[in-house]
Order: sequence, then C-alpha cells, then structure tokens
Amino acid sequence: MTVSLVVVSHSSKIASGAVDLAAQMAPNVVLAAAGGTDDERIGTSLEKVMAALDEALARSAGDGVVVLTDLGSAVMTAESALEFSSTPEQILLADAPLIEGLVAAAVAAESGEPRDAVKAAAEAAGAAWAGTAVGVGNGDGVTGAGTVPEGPLETGEFELINPMGMHARPAAKIAGGLSSLDAYVTVNGVDGTSIMALMALAVRQGGTLRVEARGADAERAVRYVGGLVARGFGEIQAQ
Amino acid sequence: MVLDVQWAIAWLTLSAKAMTEHREELIELDRAIGDSDHGENMDRGFQAVVAKLAETPPETPGAALKLAAMALMSKVGGAAGPLYGTAYLRAATSMGDATELDGGALATALEAARDGIVARGKAELGDKTMVDAWSPAVEAAQAAAVDGPGPVLRAAAEAAAAGAVATDPLVARKGRASYLGERSAGHRDPGAASTALLLKAAADAAGETLPESPE
Repeated sequence: MTVSLVVVSHSSKIASGAVDLAAQMAPNVVLAAAGGTDDERIGTSLEKVMAALDEALARSAGDGVVVLTDLGSAVMTAESALEFSSTPEQILLADAPLIEGLVAAAVAAESGEPRDAVKAAAEAAGAAWAGTAVGVGNGDGVTGAGTVPEGPLETGEFELINPMGMHARPAAKIAGGLSSLDAYVTVNGVDGTSIMALMALAVRQGGTLRVEARGADAERAVRYVGGLVARGFGEIQAQ
Repeated sequence: MVLDVQWAIAWLTLSAKAMTEHREELIELDRAIGDSDHGENMDRGFQAVVAKLAETPPETPGAALKLAAMALMSKVGGAAGPLYGTAYLRAATSMGDATELDGGALATALEAARDGIVARGKAELGDKTMVDAWSPAVEAAQAAAVDGPGPVLRAAAEAAAAGAVATDPLVARKGRASYLGERSAGHRDPGAASTALLLKAAADAAGETLPESPE
C-alpha cells in the first residue's frame, strides 16, 4: 500500500482539479478531495474534511495520510479535523504550497515512501520553487550554503538512456535515495533531494546528469545516481 | 441561576438570535477590513447549531457546546468556523460531563476556549482579532470566579464588549485585515464584535442584565 493524500481547499474545483493533476503522476495513490463548503460555496467544511480523511485512512492500510491545504482557514479546518480524529498520529499536515506540494507528495507516495518522507517531499517542493533550496543531504529542510560538509568533491556524469528522460518517477527515486545518505549532493546544480527541482531540470533522453557530492557518503551518492541512470530507472524492459 | 444544560441551550439559541439581528452590522464591519462575509457566515453557522440542538438534544452543557462546535466548523465556511468551533470544543472538553457549572468551572472553560482560539489562529493580544475580546473576558471571568457563575458571565460580557471597542484604533496583524496594514485602523474588528455579542448572549441566558454596551 501507499500513503494516502487529502487536499483541503476553499474551492471544490481547486481540490478536485489538483487531485486530477496529481493522479496522472501517481495512479496507485489514494487522493481525496475536500474542497468548498457543504453547499458548494467558497470555504471549508469540517464534515467534508473528516469524510475525506476517513476515506483516505481506510484505504491507506495503516500507512497513514498526508494533508495538503491552501489558504489559512483550510489549515485551521484541517487542524480541527485532527482534533476530532481518533487516529491523529496517522495524519500529517504538510506546510507546503498546494499544487507543487501535492505533486511532490504524490510522487513520493507513489514510490512507496513513508508518510514523514511524503510530507518532507511536499515541504521541500515549496522551497525548490521559491528558489531557496540550497539543499541539505538528509532532506530535513532548507539551509544555507554554509552547511556544505568538508571533504573531497566526488563527481560523476551520466547520460540518460531511458526514453522518457527525467520526469516525476526518476526524480522521486533520485531524491528518495539521496535523502537517506549523509551527503550534500547537487544534480546539474540543483538540490539532489528535491523532487521538484530535479523534475524542473527537464533533462531528456541522451542528456547528461552531472552529480557533485561532498560528505561521508559522497561516493555512494554518485554511485547511486549512476546506478539508477544505468538501469534506466527501471523503465527499460530487460533484453 | 443554575448553569446547566438549559442555560447552555439558551445561550446558543440567543447567540443565533443575536447573529441574525446583528448580521448586517457584522457584514458592514467585515466589508471595511475583510471580505464582508462574517455576518452571513455566523448567521448560517448558528442557524445550523440551533437545528442540531433540536435534532439531538444534549444532556450536559459540555455536550451542547461540542455539538455547536461541530456545526460551526462544518457550516460557517470562513476562518470563524474553525476558530469558534475550536473555542467551543475546548470549552466543552474543559466542562467534561458536569451537569452544572460553578463560577470557577465557567471561568476555566472560557480560558480553555480562548486558548483554543490562540492555538488555532496564532493571534496574540493586540493583533486586532477576536482574541482582543476573549482575553479581557477571560481575565474578568477569573477575577469574578469566587462570586459565582452569574457575576462571571456578566464580567466576561462587559470586558468582551470593551475589548471589541478597543480594537477600533488597532492595526491588524492577523487575518484578511492585515493585508490592509495601517488602513485597518479606525474600524472595529468583526471577530471581536461577534465575540462580544456571543458572550452577551451567555449572560442574557443566565438572566444577567448588562449596561448599554460602550460605543
């Protein structure tokens, strides 16, 4: 199973549209929309949010739920729903922009990440779009350039052989693996632990990923990306 | 006056009446510095509360407030829904299964309500929000706790009304009004105004008469 996602928006159209968008990249993830009021006005409804949470929790088989929200009172309604929930420990609220965060969370959930990693992926997505993600190797947030660890620079250049090049799932695999390593890694200059930043590179088949890594696991990080690229991210049928 | 479930039901019913009566006034306040939906949202929310009370009559004051919390969070739509909903929910939790409230229990419940709003909305005193009506109300309630529930309600209502008036000159630092910056000064905060009305309804429900509210 995978982590389920709930979208809380002031507008039912935004919530269902966001779910449609994310579903394209994450066909196996349960996505529940809770947008608008009970009578389809602009606003949020505790009942709608609780119903969406119940559905998402029931279908997550214990993996839990990550909630994405839009404006202020959607956050407050989601928090209130948590207060009513009998299993609040299974629900995490992501502090992330709705669309970018949802897409990153959906891709992370699709690749089987646990709920705290799905939440982290959503939150890193916002920072990546804002251009502030310098990146810290373990994916625990945004820090300044001063956190680059000491040690020799390990590098590698890898040509993408999979037909679709860089897209959501390869980005999730790279970011997911690098997040667990003790290394500061950039790929073509962007944070290697940020799904959204990697996707935004839009490198095509035949294009090159240049990996630069420092830190204790620097060499492993470079080998990890090289291995994924060589296997075509698992998208190439065995000969 | 005994503060039992009948009082709680009367409070919520008078609250609904007050929201209908002051609907246009709250809309006008919110038009000046917000999105002009506060009066309409509060009216709709409290009509839903009254409908719920008729549907499933509660047996304790706490149960009545919990029911109101659910209805407000589901029907108000705007930020006031989760804020007031959290307030009533925390107050309900504080009251527990008690069938009657004394002055101390009531003051503690009001404090829990205020703390819930602060936790949910992250506003502080002086931000030009409903907290500016709730906080003085809680302090006045605590000071009057030994005098019994009637004086607690009366003190809270008077302090909330004064607190709402005192938001007039403030510059908003939270909510939609904060986008207006300095231009929010000179207008009363709609959330503080509705808080004053709701706490007046609580005193009215206990038969406590208040002096004319300050203007």
